Amino acid sequence: MGEQNLVSRLQAKFGSKILDVQLDAIDPWVEVSAEGLPEVCQYLHDEPDLKFDYLSCISGVDYFEPDPKKAAKLIGKPRMEVVYHLWSVTHKSSLVLKVLLPRWKGEQEGSLPDVPSVAHIWRTADWHEREVYDLSGINFTGHPDLRRILCPEDWEGYPLRRDYQMPLEYHGIRCR
Amino acid sequence: MSTIPENTANTEVIEFDVRTDEMLVNMGPQHPSTHGVLRLVLRTDGEVVSEVTPHLGYLHRCAEKIGENLTPRQWIPYTDRMDYLAAMSMNLGWALCTEKLMNLQVPEKARHLRVIIAEMQRIASHLVGMGAYGLDLGSFSPFLYAFREREKILDLFEEACGARLTYSYLTVGGATADLPPGWLQKCEAFLDQFLPVIDEYHALLTTNSIFIKRCANIGVMPADMAISYGCSGAVLRGSGVDLDLRRDGEEWYTNMYDGYAFEVIVEKEGHYPNDHVYPPVPPEAVLGDCWHRFYVRMLEVRQAVDLVRQAIDRYSAASGSYGEPVKLAEKLPAGETYLETEAPRGQMGFYIVSDGSPIPWRVRARSSCFCNLSVTSELCRNTLIADIPAVVGSLDIVMGEIDR
Repeated sequence: MGEQNLVSRLQAKFGSKILDVQLDAIDPWVEVSAEGLPEVCQYLHDEPDLKFDYLSCISGVDYFEPDPKKAAKLIGKPRMEVVYHLWSVTHKSSLVLKVLLPRWKGEQEGSLPDVPSVAHIWRTADWHEREVYDLSGINFTGHPDLRRILCPEDWEGYPLRRDYQMPLEYHGIRCR
Repeated sequence: MSTIPENTANTEVIEFDVRTDEMLVNMGPQHPSTHGVLRLVLRTDGEVVSEVTPHLGYLHRCAEKIGENLTPRQWIPYTDRMDYLAAMSMNLGWALCTEKLMNLQVPEKARHLRVIIAEMQRIASHLVGMGAYGLDLGSFSPFLYAFREREKILDLFEEACGARLTYSYLTVGGATADLPPGWLQKCEAFLDQFLPVIDEYHALLTTNSIFIKRCANIGVMPADMAISYGCSGAVLRGSGVDLDLRRDGEEWYTNMYDGYAFEVIVEKEGHYPNDHVYPPVPPEAVLGDCWHRFYVRMLEVRQAVDLVRQAIDRYSAASGSYGEPVKLAEKLPAGETYLETEAPRGQMGFYIVSDGSPIPWRVRARSSCFCNLSVTSELCRNTLIADIPAVVGSLDIVMGEIDR
């Protein structure tokens, strides 16, 4: 099925929950609002002629340039993106979903932005969301067991954030 | 004697349950059968494991963060260190992903060179997987036989690029060098002597009755569970899911195998492909168990031999260049793309976001073993302690790729 068809179907079904569509990108993507995400995902997963039953990857991307001189180079305003790469084993088709979030909830530094978990739809999301939480600092609400996965449990900060500062030491080990 | 339950008076009852206390057992991070630095916390009651919690991250080297400070070609050596048993496949995955962003087609000759290298790497990687699995289950000799053959492949790789483990050979735009003169003949000679050795492996492990007892009907994973957990490679096909990215993947990747004849190794309608004579499936084995995952890997070794032979013919017939690596600081077009390739351990994905400068804004590696490992807690629930190495070993994980 063509991407255009799929997008019109999603727009007709979910209306304002589909925020933006980019069909001429290398991998066409659809932007979904955070609240609408579980609903859209469930629909994409269940619908027999779509059947996106395989979640390949969840990535967190931080769009923020701490250096004010370079900031002009940046594409768009500061934000966090959570990117979902879906794939259908049955139909061998792929789709990219994006959720755009503020870097901090309520612009309050240290309070993580929320996005609903999709771990109940694809079990892959369980560990992938833990990784995105661990490295990019995004809070997945409704996740069964949201804790760090690659970094130690008492690690501070979110290393894949652009303004991350490596701590001076960790348990007496010099870091930088 | 008063502690023995009453029913032992009945001579027909020869077994009875002994209740023991629940115990937490720590397996790893330094344990011979966890394949690297993986730590499993087992909740046990006697011999029965009720819950397994994997703890990872011991090998985390912030590869993705490093990638934000290097150009794609400079990041190639870091991909080597992900799946260090299949470094060529990691190089290839990242090179193809960057080429897709740049819309850069490699010449015909480079395409066939990549198939030769990628499939030779698949053989080498599966040999370790097979040997180490035998070791997990207490059979030492197959490991030595596997490493004997793998050594010859490493020699060939060394001749092509100078390295034995971390190659950085395939790169954005093609490869760093052409195959040296006489290499193809050596490669063909290797394949000729390797074919009968595969039967040896089947005799040592695949059809060995002790081996079958240890892994048939153990850790059975239904197809829907494998898909939901995002499993891939032999783990997915061992559950009977007919998916191989070399045939079903994105066009950018499948073009590499365009014109090659191969059948996806998966059980369809009750039987595996019959292009060659394979040892029969034992009656004890159930689709999706440890034995089937192992069997798919062994059959893929035979398939890879065929693919290398086809690739050698095409490579020799192709004229032109083996591809020119792009400049070290080549400007990337603004945009983003994601590409998955079929690495020996499963679907290895790379995601690149570029703001138009030579250094990517963000790089992301989707690890196949990461997803394959996430299924352990489900597979190991209510199994025996002795089955844990059998299940974890059958997933054939490499921690370098999981922790990145």
